[in-house]
Amino acid sequence: MIILEQILNGVQFGLTLFLMSAGLTLIFGIMGVINLAHGSLYMIGAYAAALTAVRTGSVWLALVGGLAAAALGGIVIEFAVVRRLYARNHLDQVLATFALVLIINQGANMLLGRQPLFVAMPPALSGSVTLLPGLTYPVYRLLVIAVGATVAAGLFAMIHGTRIGMLVRAGATHRQMVRALGVNVALLYTAVFGIGALLAGLAGVIAGPITSVQVGMGEQVLILAFVVVVIGGLGSVRGAFFGAIAAGLVDTLSRAFLPTLFRQIMDGSNADALASGMSAISIYLLMALVLLMRSQDLLAEKS
Amino acid sequence: MTSPMLELRGVCKRFGGLTATDDVSLAISPGELHAIIGPNGAGKTTLLNQVAGELRHDAGAILLDGHEIGTLPPWERVGRGLARTFQITQLLPDETVLDNVTLAVQVQRGHSFRFFADARSDPDAHAQATQFLQDVGLAASASVRVADLAHGERKQLELAVALATRPSLLLLDEPMAGLSFVESQHMVALLRRLKGRVTMVLVEHDMDAVFALADRISVLVYGRVMATGSSDDVRANPAVRTAYLGEDGD
Amino acid sequence: MTSDTLEARRSGRTYAFPMSRIVIFVIAVAILALVPAGATALHMPSVTGFATQVLIYAIAAMSLNLILGYGGMVTFGHAAFFGVGGYVLGILYQHSAQRSAFLALVPGTDNLAVALLAAVLIGAATAAVIGSLSLRTRGVPFIMITLAFAQMLFFLFVSLKTYGGDDGLMMRRRDVVPFVDARDDISYYLICLTLAVGWLVLTWCLVRSRFGAVLSGLRQNERRMMAIGIAPYRYRLVAFVIAGAGAALAGALMANYLRFVSPDMMHWTKSGELMMMVILGGAGTLFGPILGAAAMLALETALAAYTENWQFYLGIILLAVVMTTRGGLSALLDRASGR
Repeated sequence: MIILEQILNGVQFGLTLFLMSAGLTLIFGIMGVINLAHGSLYMIGAYAAALTAVRTGSVWLALVGGLAAAALGGIVIEFAVVRRLYARNHLDQVLATFALVLIINQGANMLLGRQPLFVAMPPALSGSVTLLPGLTYPVYRLLVIAVGATVAAGLFAMIHGTRIGMLVRAGATHRQMVRALGVNVALLYTAVFGIGALLAGLAGVIAGPITSVQVGMGEQVLILAFVVVVIGGLGSVRGAFFGAIAAGLVDTLSRAFLPTLFRQIMDGSNADALASGMSAISIYLLMALVLLMRSQDLLAEKS
Repeated sequence: MTSPMLELRGVCKRFGGLTATDDVSLAISPGELHAIIGPNGAGKTTLLNQVAGELRHDAGAILLDGHEIGTLPPWERVGRGLARTFQITQLLPDETVLDNVTLAVQVQRGHSFRFFADARSDPDAHAQATQFLQDVGLAASASVRVADLAHGERKQLELAVALATRPSLLLLDEPMAGLSFVESQHMVALLRRLKGRVTMVLVEHDMDAVFALADRISVLVYGRVMATGSSDDVRANPAVRTAYLGEDGD
Repeated sequence: MTSDTLEARRSGRTYAFPMSRIVIFVIAVAILALVPAGATALHMPSVTGFATQVLIYAIAAMSLNLILGYGGMVTFGHAAFFGVGGYVLGILYQHSAQRSAFLALVPGTDNLAVALLAAVLIGAATAAVIGSLSLRTRGVPFIMITLAFAQMLFFLFVSLKTYGGDDGLMMRRRDVVPFVDARDDISYYLICLTLAVGWLVLTWCLVRSRFGAVLSGLRQNERRMMAIGIAPYRYRLVAFVIAGAGAALAGALMANYLRFVSPDMMHWTKSGELMMMVILGGAGTLFGPILGAAAMLALETALAAYTENWQFYLGIILLAVVMTTRGGLSALLDRASGR
């Protein structure tokens, strides 16, 4: 039963990661841009939701506030900075968006202080339900799984079934072609960036009651989302989905079970030290493994 | 009959549903200048890229001087005596003309894990590089930075760099493209001087140049070899006339 | 395509090194050697400490410049090697102080020369592992992977409670060297100056060697280099390993100077700061990273004197620099001197 519970935890964490990595991979796939400030949008969503919840006491307003703030933040960032980076090389993109991270993080410190915010679980969602005999699971985490799965399904439907999705798919492989067809590329780019920001904001909002809300929370998730995107293949939403679930499971299960496992083959303190080290880096080891197995295919990338 | 310098046996390449190279078999003798012509999109450059190793073929075999090279990465094929030029010139823009050639000379002489000696005070390599520049008529521009070079001169430099690797087989991807009339004539004269010294595969749209230079010609249409023969054979071939000259009628 | 190459940063033609520049170089080193004496005379001892940190960061920035500026590899994880170097020195010191052994095998040491050598070797080994995996990719995945591996080491050291975990390792005293009082601030400054000059000369030799020509060629046009017979991966990996060794050397020097090492040394913002030094100074130039290190530290010190939110203003300055200029400080100097 404890295994099942941990698997659910892993899936829940994975789906949160997917919300982040889907935006990243879409933005890279379509605009060819690497955006380090994606984690800042996650933080903005979390903060806005937390503050709205404190002021109004309404879960729904908190959700709307968080999403709106993140989407707005994304559109402002796209309009003011990222738009000017599409034609630049990756180094300039990295440096400029790194500067944005410094500005936004420190700005948050100045406005909101350095104390982490703890978001109270909405009362209606704070209970647990019995899924199977012997397996009770928090309602909130179940809800996160449901939301993540719904968003993933919606995203696939959008990409494979709508005109925007077609442009998205075409844009990823034939940027010039889309431009030549007279599509308003600037608007498309802003829209895609806004969708990415919305997803990051959603991830931030739902993470609020599970983790504390603080400056720097965005970058930790951002770097994990990078790992997910590398595992799944950059530019592929489907790859991001499977990469995220795999990463979520590996992280959660190694934290849960490695200590017990190691204790069976060595003495307690050594086992705990090794287990905590291994589980801290398990996701990255998964990435290393994927890189090792991937052939060094220089030429396929070229054409 | 001597054994061929380059032999392709049933080479195939697909991109998704598109067959770019369809069961191509060719045998090119040592010293031959073999031209490959065909309409745009016939798969000429794709074929060159497979011989050079930038693309991996799906099926078939590629033999250089009797040895299979189809599984080797591009740099190892260079070590076996294969060199190429690019249709869109690929040069080091920050370096001078001479340094572009010198580097190729140095790489050809052995590995480049030399960390301390100054690469640029290597009189022997410079002398050889200057010789290659003279061969292609570019010695006067030796100290010009490539970024400041005119298009025609870049084409000449491509050839000098390729020759500096001392190839036994040289793949030329549209060396005349974008050249003025005078420059083309110069290039034709240059390639004619090289004939016999190096085996060459020439992909080219300039039919005057092809008919002036080629010992034999292969016509590639939709990835397939439609005909191979002397220039007269090819000119007379009715299938070629409809498939190739009919579509690309200039 | 070569869209990742730093095609705009081609001011770095440092191959020609005429006598006049050598004379300027010797004079500059002589002036730097006199900094502590000047600081003492002017009763500003903190200048020596500041200059020591500039020199140490200069080594780290020069090492990054080899791969970023000359090699065109945009890595966002260079602080990992900086931190590894620091931890090698810190861990060896701790075992020496506790008279224990690392993994019950390797005894500790408080000999600076031995610790620096160990840091360089382990930094190179770490770079070999990370480089051999991340160099299988290029472009944006390469940026992401180097950042991710640096973060992995960050979390690894956070979880190592034996060596201080989150809080880091304190050292009671600095390491010693035979015949020199390395615990003295002025002597330590001179040691750092010697090593920085040494690394500069090493870089100078590397970039004008055949290896350097290949590395720079790979930045400019990888297809061309493959077509003359170069296997890109090996050359890039060797450069990556040399750069990792340099950053580890700097990290060990910094840990010893501060008598403190913590996971923050390999935090991803530290990688960003090292990048900023290289870019501010001028990527792909010999002296750019040194200028950049000095400029960054001066800027940080100046901003931090006014506000605790100095990173906010640093971000704005960086954003302005990236959006408006190209080529960094050394390009600016070149233009000013009319080259």
